[in-house]
Amino acid sequence: MVDITKRFVDVVANDKVSFSLFPNEVCALLGENGAGKTTLMNILFGYYLCDSGEIRIYGRIVRLGSPKDAIAHGISMIHQHFTLVPSQSVLENAMIGVEGGFFLDKKKARKRLLEIEKQFGLDLDPDAMAFTLTIGQQQKLEILKALYREAKILIMDEPTAVLAPIETRELFATLRTLVDNGRSVVFISHKLNEVMEISDRILVLREGKNVAERKKSETRVQELASLMVGREILESLQCSDSAAGNTVLQLKNLRVRNSKGVVALDGFSLDLREREIVGIAGVSGNGQTELSELLFGIRRPEEGSIVLDGKEVPGGSPSAMIRAGMARIPEDRISTGVCMDLSVMDNMILVDHCREPFSKLGLINGREIRSWVLDRVRDFQVKTDGVDAPVKSLSGGNLQKVILARELAGQPKIIIACQPTRGLDVGAMEYVHQAILRQKERGAGILLISDDLDEVLLLCDRVIVIYEGRIMGELCSDGIDRERIGLWMSGVA
Amino acid sequence: MVGLSIVRRQTLPPWAEILLPVAAIFATLIIGALPIVLAGGNLFKAYSSLVYGALGTRFNLLETLVKASPLILTGLAVSFAFRARFWNIGAEGQLFAGAIAATAVGVYGTALPSWLVIPACIVSGFIAGGLWAVLPAFLKTKLKVDDVVTTLLLNYVMIHVMGFLLYGPMQAAGSSWPRSEPIMDAAHYPILLPRSRLHLGLVIAIVMVLAIWFINARTVFGYRSKCVGVNINAAHFSGVNTDMTILKTALISGGLAGLAGVGEVCAIHYHLLMDISPGYGYTGIVIAMLGNLHPVGVALSAFFFSCISIGSQTMSRMAGIPVYIEGVI
Repeated sequence: MVDITKRFVDVVANDKVSFSLFPNEVCALLGENGAGKTTLMNILFGYYLCDSGEIRIYGRIVRLGSPKDAIAHGISMIHQHFTLVPSQSVLENAMIGVEGGFFLDKKKARKRLLEIEKQFGLDLDPDAMAFTLTIGQQQKLEILKALYREAKILIMDEPTAVLAPIETRELFATLRTLVDNGRSVVFISHKLNEVMEISDRILVLREGKNVAERKKSETRVQELASLMVGREILESLQCSDSAAGNTVLQLKNLRVRNSKGVVALDGFSLDLREREIVGIAGVSGNGQTELSELLFGIRRPEEGSIVLDGKEVPGGSPSAMIRAGMARIPEDRISTGVCMDLSVMDNMILVDHCREPFSKLGLINGREIRSWVLDRVRDFQVKTDGVDAPVKSLSGGNLQKVILARELAGQPKIIIACQPTRGLDVGAMEYVHQAILRQKERGAGILLISDDLDEVLLLCDRVIVIYEGRIMGELCSDGIDRERIGLWMSGVA
Repeated sequence: MVGLSIVRRQTLPPWAEILLPVAAIFATLIIGALPIVLAGGNLFKAYSSLVYGALGTRFNLLETLVKASPLILTGLAVSFAFRARFWNIGAEGQLFAGAIAATAVGVYGTALPSWLVIPACIVSGFIAGGLWAVLPAFLKTKLKVDDVVTTLLLNYVMIHVMGFLLYGPMQAAGSSWPRSEPIMDAAHYPILLPRSRLHLGLVIAIVMVLAIWFINARTVFGYRSKCVGVNINAAHFSGVNTDMTILKTALISGGLAGLAGVGEVCAIHYHLLMDISPGYGYTGIVIAMLGNLHPVGVALSAFFFSCISIGSQTMSRMAGIPVYIEGVI
């Protein structure tokens, strides 16, 4: 791809970007959110036509007007959101669109599928229904689909975002097999460690432009990070050593069922003190979501008790938690954190609107709210077109700032932060980390529930590892042993 | 990660929010021209007689306003519920409930002092309509039953309740028709202007427009109702009692529709009969949408619908266009 330029109304998404891919390699496309990585690959996959520039495949100039053209040239793209038919089998999903001829020849298709599976070490039962597959298996099926279509070039858009650490390792093994067998992979990501682990060559984009190209052997994580964000970032954040104070949150012997009625947390106890950050680490889906829902007051415990600041609070009441001085940063910003169709101001006041001076006797005091919100927007450096702009016009990082500004406004004693940096770019991630550390210095007790082990290790004073809803073990920050945590996360005591 | 993608425009500039419904009205009139021409009418004559019929004389204008009163109330009822994503398709049934309650007070409330009769009709009609809407809201919040289905079906339940009453306990003595005894004179809405049917209902409707506007813009409840409508999960997470918000919203919504029923009994028919509403509750849905769920927009769009309805009668007489063309428009 040479000198590709693509404009959207008033934004230049790609500005004379060039990109080349060689056989037998994994090339990473690295950049922050909005750097133009996905746009570039969408052009290669025929979703968009570029405004200028040319695409050559094996030396021949091609015009890719639709994904169908791209597939015909051996290009396949695997999106974050899979495009499988849940009610059909692995085999049927692989065949869709390339059945060939009028009659279904399942026998031939099955033979071919099994050959591909064998060649690339992908073990999926051809008769398994797609909806029974785990996320990792669904992704394998997507890869299988691409290979069934004789793809030579695989574009993977943030493939690890949805995967657990073990699944990520499996995916990387698969990608290695692919490139060893003459395929090429484009790996779109903003996770530096993964990029360093899997790719042979790394192309960094920033604000729609080529910034740098590096061979893996010639670069380091720190260099890539600064290339990506355009400035040096601190490798490790500064933690203050102030000793933890009184206990502010006590969980005793909790037992919680998830929405399907399965026990998601069992015998769960934990103490959180002032001025400390406790991390909950584990592979996603081991009770973290239920723990956060319990603490947010959305889910009730079946057994056990929650003691906030010395007082026992009933489960299942968000307002009881708020009254007890708890700030909550939810896992899913868009569906539980904000009202996307409402303004920055309406969202900022969502928790505090019923308190004086923002309302009195059921009447809203718009002037008080506006000036308070303006202060919060300034303090938290929210980039917005004003407080009346709808929050859906904000980027992910700024959306999270709105939530932080709202939740941290009342000087909370306890903060429950659930996946606070998921999907954020490096700059926003650093902002959130600093905000959490400042709250700790102020004296808050913080429970950090995160799938990102690096984040947990970076911020926390103590780390608790959970597996299938039970605590596997606890480590203090001075005795961190990654290998032990890794074993606990996979259920080995 | 999300790069760039083409998305629907997220916010409309303020002028577009006003202009779009107006454009929709013009589009309606243009499309409406087709059947008029097909029916052999003169288009210019037809539309000028429509305007004349709705607004041209004192009598016509006042009749249009009379017709607008219940439409404003049902439109308001639907818009207030929709704003909180309580899909109240049941304004028709709630209107009937209000009409029954007002009739009950107007016929059997003879012990009341006469100055209290109208307020009693209004309050009981509001409560009856409101409770008839709270029932599906309760089913929605407690049992997660779909509100579109329940509100719609409860309309038919209410029609049969009314049928039972009018063929049974409330039927006028000696009548073989399904109609109640006439309400007492003290229950008649006062007429606002001499030589017209313009009645207290219009004042009530306008007061309600202002009240809902105030609730939406200035009260904690109005704010919560809006948040529940936009994202009920986020509202619940933030400590809003979402169930209570929906129930209160339903009570007010149904109450407004009930007031429309009170007006029809106390100012137009003076007794209860089966066809007390020519579908005001359903028209309210269209009015609410055209009015962009804003109370002032609802008032204007109700007025527009009432113009079409009254004006088309003249159009039919003067331009020889069948009345059912109005239905088409």
